[in-house]
Amino acid sequence: MILAVSDFSEILHITLFTLGVAALGTALILPGGIALGWLLARKRWPGKALVETAVALPLVVPPVATGLILLKVFGRRGPVGGWLEGTLGLEIVFTWRAVVLAAAVMALPLLVRTARVAFEEVPLRLEQVARTLGAGPWRVFFTVSLPLAARGLWAGGVLAFARALGEFGATVMVAGFIPGQTVTLALGIYHHVQLGQDDRAFVLLAISISLAFAAVALSETLLRGRNRSRAE
Amino acid sequence: MKLVLERVQSSAGVFTLDVDLTLSSRAVGLFGDSGAGKTTLLELIAGLRRPQSGIIRLDDQVLDNPSHRIHVAPEARGIGYLPQDGALFPHLSVRKNLDYGRRRPREARRSTLTLEATLDALDIADLLDRHVSGLSGGERQRVALARALLASPRLLLLDEPLSSLDDAHKRAILPCLTRIRDEFGVPLLYVSHAADELFALCDHIVVLHRGTVRSSGPPNTVFEKVTLTGHRLVHRSPL
Repeated sequence: MILAVSDFSEILHITLFTLGVAALGTALILPGGIALGWLLARKRWPGKALVETAVALPLVVPPVATGLILLKVFGRRGPVGGWLEGTLGLEIVFTWRAVVLAAAVMALPLLVRTARVAFEEVPLRLEQVARTLGAGPWRVFFTVSLPLAARGLWAGGVLAFARALGEFGATVMVAGFIPGQTVTLALGIYHHVQLGQDDRAFVLLAISISLAFAAVALSETLLRGRNRSRAE
Repeated sequence: MKLVLERVQSSAGVFTLDVDLTLSSRAVGLFGDSGAGKTTLLELIAGLRRPQSGIIRLDDQVLDNPSHRIHVAPEARGIGYLPQDGALFPHLSVRKNLDYGRRRPREARRSTLTLEATLDALDIADLLDRHVSGLSGGERQRVALARALLASPRLLLLDEPLSSLDDAHKRAILPCLTRIRDEFGVPLLYVSHAADELFALCDHIVVLHRGTVRSSGPPNTVFEKVTLTGHRLVHRSPL
């Protein structure tokens, strides 16, 4: 297997692009995902079960179906896409932004579920005692709930990042395959296999597996650390 | 201190607490079997749970009155709460735990509750730079008690604070509680199953049974006949 310099350049570009969109997608959902995880763990509100189910849907609905929904919602004639283009001049579908969008939507369920469990494991009594010591709900959240849930939240963030790295189905629907603009590791593997360029596909595969392995191992380490500190 | 619970009702599942009480003693003991509603009552007074009906008043302030949509948030009540396990923040040092709710001298309701006096009364000055995970059970409870006191409460609720400690630790902490009551003048509402603790600390006892007040008055009147079994109190009167 001999790869040309231009192949390395392409592989490097795809790898960095994938890492970038996965990081950006995760960063975008982090504040909302953590807030939603806390709301699901600690509050009772109308429509909670509905929101809970809706957030979990991308886990079970075929990714291409999720991609189709995103395409219709964020397309030029879609309710959100039309508004974004009309008011802010932002094009979403078939641009790098669509890759970020797909990564974010597909990673959200993992983040919210992990965040919810992380907050549920913070003893309610500690938050209650903090209130009786004069701390309002915001102070309790930032000084008690968030620090005690931190390891679980980091684990959830890393897991969401790992999911975003491997996203394919929704991405190909909403962002297409545009060399140099929307090609991620997953799309690259599929494309090269289609063209019979197995050597390039295997290099991208090896990078994908290495990144995913590192991310999942980090997430597991964080979760193990959380269990250990709870046992102390 | 005058604490009034006027026809207060609170339901959770099949359990209903229904109490009508006026308390004005320095230290009130709350006694009852498991499931009698003792912790629920403390949570209502602390503002951690809202009553379905009735009025809760501390001195001249109405803390809860659902029919007028009044509910004073726990952080605005000035009522300290010490749960059974102390609930120290495990991610903070002893010093930071103590600082969490600490009032500056100008904001403190009692000038006697200085940091130095509190550390001295509970004998925890040498624990300040320790991490809470390294404290013994007795040390944890003394730090938790100091943390609650440094928030300068106008009433301190204690939910079986000594139940998880051995006799030696109990003997060490009981005089501290007496000192808090007498020297610092902090009124106590004290939940316990132990006769020696109730008689040592409280000048008024309330007996709860299945969510209602069975008896309320001075210890000797309330416990018509008591038998000590180890350190547990068994009351035989119908109350």
